[in-house]
Amino acid sequence: MTTVEKAPPVSQREVGLLRRPRATTGFASWLTTVDHKKIGILYVCTALVFFVLGGVEALLIRLQLFGPNGTVLTAGQYNQMFTMHGTTMVFLVGMPIAIGLGNYFVPLQIGARDVAFPRINMFGYWVVLLGGIFMYSSFFLGGAPDGGWFGYTPLTSAPLDSGFLPGRGPDFWTMGLILLGVGSTTSAINFIVTCINMRCPGMSLLRMPVFTWMMLVIAFLTLFAIPPVTVALTMVFFDRNFGTLFFDPAAGGDPLLYQHLFWIFGHPEVYILILPGMGIVSETLPVFSRKPLFGYAIVVFSGIAIGFLGWGVWAHHMFVTGLGPVAISAFGLATMLIAIPTGVKIFNWLGTVWGGSVRLTTSMLFSLGFIAMFTIGGLSGVMHSVVPADTQQTDTYFVVAHFHYVLFGGLILALFAGFYYWYPKVFGRMLDERMGKLNFWTMFIGFNLTFAPMHFLGLWGQPRRTYRYDEGLGWETLNQLVTVGSFIIAFSVLVFIVNAVVSKSRGQVAGDDPWDGRTLEWSISSPPPEYNFAEVPEVHSRDDFWHRKYTEDDEGRLVPLPSGGAEAHAAAGHDGHGIHLPSPSYFPLVTALGLPILGYAAVFQNVWIALLGAVVLLYGIYAWAIEPAD
Amino acid sequence: MAIIEQTDLTPAPPSPPEPGHDHGGHGGPGPSAALTNPKLAMWLFLASDCLFFGAFISAYLLYRGREQDGPTPRELFDIPFTSATSFILLMSSLGMVLALAAIQRGDHRRFRLWIMATALFGATFVAGQIFEFTEFSRKGLSLDTNLFGSSFFVLTGFHGAHVCMGILWLLSLWGMSTQGRLGPEKAESVEIAGLYWHFVDVVWIVIFTVIYLMPQPGT
Amino acid sequence: MTKRSWRRRVLLPVVGILSLAVLVAGCGPDNSQNSLQPAGEEARKIDDLFMFVVVIAAFIGVFVVAGTVYAAIRFRARPGRDDRPKQTHGNTVLEVGWTLLPAVILAVVAVPTISLIFDLNEPKKPDAVEIIAVGKQWWWQFEYPAQDGEPRVITANELHVPVGREVFMKLRACDPSLPGECNVIHSFWVPELNGKRDVMPGRQNTLSFTAEKEGVYFGQCAEYCGLSHANMRFRVIVQSEDEYADWLASQREGPAVTLAEAGEAGNLFAAKYACTNCHTTEDSSLSVYGPNLTHLASRSVFASGYYKLTKANLVDWILNAPSMIPMESKECRLGLGVPGVTCVGMPSYVNDTPPGQPTMTRSEAVDIADYLLSLK
Ligand code: HEA
Ligand code: HEA
Ligand code: CUA
Ligand SMILES: [Cu+2]
Repeated sequence: MTTVEKAPPVSQREVGLLRRPRATTGFASWLTTVDHKKIGILYVCTALVFFVLGGVEALLIRLQLFGPNGTVLTAGQYNQMFTMHGTTMVFLVGMPIAIGLGNYFVPLQIGARDVAFPRINMFGYWVVLLGGIFMYSSFFLGGAPDGGWFGYTPLTSAPLDSGFLPGRGPDFWTMGLILLGVGSTTSAINFIVTCINMRCPGMSLLRMPVFTWMMLVIAFLTLFAIPPVTVALTMVFFDRNFGTLFFDPAAGGDPLLYQHLFWIFGHPEVYILILPGMGIVSETLPVFSRKPLFGYAIVVFSGIAIGFLGWGVWAHHMFVTGLGPVAISAFGLATMLIAIPTGVKIFNWLGTVWGGSVRLTTSMLFSLGFIAMFTIGGLSGVMHSVVPADTQQTDTYFVVAHFHYVLFGGLILALFAGFYYWYPKVFGRMLDERMGKLNFWTMFIGFNLTFAPMHFLGLWGQPRRTYRYDEGLGWETLNQLVTVGSFIIAFSVLVFIVNAVVSKSRGQVAGDDPWDGRTLEWSISSPPPEYNFAEVPEVHSRDDFWHRKYTEDDEGRLVPLPSGGAEAHAAAGHDGHGIHLPSPSYFPLVTALGLPILGYAAVFQNVWIALLGAVVLLYGIYAWAIEPAD
Repeated sequence: MAIIEQTDLTPAPPSPPEPGHDHGGHGGPGPSAALTNPKLAMWLFLASDCLFFGAFISAYLLYRGREQDGPTPRELFDIPFTSATSFILLMSSLGMVLALAAIQRGDHRRFRLWIMATALFGATFVAGQIFEFTEFSRKGLSLDTNLFGSSFFVLTGFHGAHVCMGILWLLSLWGMSTQGRLGPEKAESVEIAGLYWHFVDVVWIVIFTVIYLMPQPGT
Repeated sequence: MTKRSWRRRVLLPVVGILSLAVLVAGCGPDNSQNSLQPAGEEARKIDDLFMFVVVIAAFIGVFVVAGTVYAAIRFRARPGRDDRPKQTHGNTVLEVGWTLLPAVILAVVAVPTISLIFDLNEPKKPDAVEIIAVGKQWWWQFEYPAQDGEPRVITANELHVPVGREVFMKLRACDPSLPGECNVIHSFWVPELNGKRDVMPGRQNTLSFTAEKEGVYFGQCAEYCGLSHANMRFRVIVQSEDEYADWLASQREGPAVTLAEAGEAGNLFAAKYACTNCHTTEDSSLSVYGPNLTHLASRSVFASGYYKLTKANLVDWILNAPSMIPMESKECRLGLGVPGVTCVGMPSYVNDTPPGQPTMTRSEAVDIADYLLSLK
């Protein structure tokens, strides 16, 4: 049986006040683990909880807008709802799920035993969880953020007593996002170092699976996108609390500076959200079509191109702010350009499916749904880039339709494709396919019912971020349809949750390679052993695992190889004895705990809390520094 | 933050890995790395930090000459004084280089000498900055006086905070050396601290040029 | 299954749904706020360009969606079908092709886009009507500048403009008449006349539109600006040149009834309840904190168009404005203990009146309303 040498003598030493944790199962192990797979699970589960929270906020929004003059929420509550909905979905759902899946599968796909910095990895997770809790605690501490998910100044930056926004919301918002930024930056660094330094022998960059590639690209985007927004948020916080005048127009401050800083972050951010999704379907489509990805290199390069171009288009969120015709023409053109690399991907995915042997599993349905729905969202994006048209569309439900088609129809559908695809690997059991089909079709129908009518509502004049609308504007029917659709989505999410919970203990046992997979994660057992690979693999080609199973005849048709596959490989390996793994640690948690405490101190301007936070933080760092890394 | 970076990577297992029993997670048999994990991580962090300062510097540049009331830069700056403290900060980078060279030779006495000198130079710079801040506020400039006050104090303040973190880091290296916990295999952690320190220095050169040396608007 | 039946089963419904959608979009409700029913030169040009892009996008969309559905069904694994497909790794010609084709399509879209951007940005025509709009929380003030020795006119919520002539809006968040008073960002938008343009504090943006038809068009603040952003609406009244000139002339006149002439009501308005702290009824050229009421009775709505200007509405408003915008005002009454959250801006004269301030009776409110409604 597998035994893992866990604790070399040196790490049994006590550090500071805390005994070195050693549990590898049970509750404590989840607090102290440094195993990238456990951290990945934590990320995804946490993000799913936030998804339900953000979803419930969305449902409240929809109930309020079911008819004219809704009375479910007050104006102030409504503003909190859409702000928290957007903020949650972007920062606490989209990013953490991608980071979670990346955490779990990037090391497996590149044949590594762990990420480069296991403890920093855990630290990043805690910061995200605590940052989310910090932001949500504002509901009980004087009002949740209510300045919108991009928090335009001077609405958000005016001091509390200006009366522009009631409550402490923007303080929690700025501090919370700065915290989450710390978390994302650390995981970005971790991903980059892992992808660059930890690949197994033979895993050249152009053999990396596309999902891993996209995680690498978004890690770079994150690394460079977070600082500008951190600076913008810092300025807002200082304006509100320390009397600086960065965005005070009466003192000469310029609200456009904020918008530039925010969107220099904000646009790359939306590609941070979508690229992992594109990575996922680049994994699932070949597997379920039994064909290699059509044009691997160009799919990878277009992903990189999207990453680069994403830096040059931010002002398309500012077409009506009065930048002048030359600037907006340039930004409009640059924005259109992004359709080219994206289109390349779409067509290459179709080329992958074309002529394949397509298995319409739930995961495949979600992937195909992604292609179709994302394209619709992309096309409305191109309509936005047609600047004169955007002057009608911006800040209306047309934009809301656009970004839900790319975010839900793109990101969320792709993530569900990923869930159904990888669940067997993570838990060793299949998700139920019948519930899966129900999940897909209700989600697909509900999604279109929810977001398609929004295109028309926007063009017919309904502005976004409005807690009520007048009777007689002709928006009633479609808004009702939208609300009904949103509840169908909620039902489908419920189906998924039930499926995930039930299948974990009762699902059909998966085996190592249930889908006839192509990448290294399918070459090991499900769930994978703690050390991932008994023997560090050596790869000889792209989709190396596939080529251990199949070869091609002269006409390019598949020919199975007699030996090969997971079993054969595992038998050749050894039992994992003697593989040294990094030991768990409390200090990522302790260190991360210091940050929200400092956040509260900043929001409430309390020196004592600040002192407490600083002590916790410094203790965490100190103990971490002297604790042996393994 | 930086300390965290540095500790996870301690590449040294207590005993050399047996053949076939490779070291989990760390320095696995990957494509031979041009940069070790910790060093690469530090470079990435610094790249990110560049943009952090870049954004603040852009804000400062945008708001130059927009102050409506209160003292203006020209009435406040004491260029010779700030040049002197800037020079001291620059010199500290030299100390850092010497400290690194010493630890790589295994010369702990010299190492402690130079690392302490570096920290002290840094502290002198911070002291100069505190003096400058009090002087400015005595002359009526604070965060909420005008846009110059806001953008000046926040930009230089964040830089000062970076220097302070660096000083703490250097001092803890000094402490580790006195306790004999800084073996030769940890020379790299000094190198990484050095990367950070030089970066903070270089950033100051940019800030100093932008704030003090570029001709003030209207001159 | 034959090719033909596929076309019927997949392509037809998709095309059907899409053309239906375009049809629905083309009509839309006749709600005076529908960007697809342009009534101004600029909005029409935008709509034409938009429709051009929609058609192109619809083709691409149908192509990709239908292609996906078709591929999924046509190539699905079936018992008896070979599950060892040919392994194609790529095709350079195809890939270059579908890189270039979108580029060409985009070029076709880009040319009219850029040309319309510059077209819409033409400098002000010499005969244009110039109007200053000031975004406040949460209502619009409109200022017709002084002209030919005549004083300027300040009004609120209803923008009168002549038909067929360019209207040149100067958009401000910092009220030039009240130094140091800056508001947040708002956005000026009348969908049937032109696209929107943000009102940026510390800057002046401009926007021109040329109405083609007389009538009333709805405008709406389109940039989130706080609690009552949803209610920050206004209307544009497009009139013939003559009607417009008459209207402007009548606005320039002094008040129909002066405060002194109003007697007791004037006293209630000016002295007892100090309405004059924020409003004026004496001079239509004054920009004050609240809406200028000198010619209130010439308007058809008040409170950013939330209420029709009737006596009953006005009385209720005067008595207890904060309770008059239901879901917004709940927030204000709860108040969250935060000073300065003014919501509708008006205090309540019956509930929670501050100490030392008199409580208003309904008959007093009726008096005030009568007086205000006499201000033609
Ligand atoms: C996952 C997130 C995501 C993605 C991928 C995109 C992708 C794109 N977005 Fe979107 N966008 C958002 C999320 C996203 N967006 C969000 C959240 C907002 C609103 C923020 C807010 O205000 O709250 C927004 C807002 C937004 C605006 C500002 C609207 C406004 O406020 O006025 C614009 C303007 O140009 C825009 C454009 C685009 C374009 C051109 C793309 C392109 O990348 C799309 C490219 C894809 C295709 C075009 C389809 C596939 C291509 C083909 C099949 C080839 C053939 C096609 C052609 C020849 C056209 N987006
Ligand atoms: C990944 C991003 C993402 C996702 C997935 C969603 C998902 C949804 N969004 Fe999203 N939305 C944004 C990102 C996202 N949104 C952003 C960025 C904004 C802009 C915010 C701003 O303006 O600042 C926005 C704004 C926004 C608005 C505009 C508000 C306004 O402008 O006034 C609306 C309105 O309908 C809306 C609706 C929805 C709905 C119905 C869903 C649904 O798809 C949600 C479905 C999920 C669930 C429903 C959860 C499942 C729940 C359960 C299983 C529990 C069951 C419980 C019950 C049934 C009670 N969203
Ligand atoms: Cu004013 Cu929204
Ligand atoms: Cu964008």
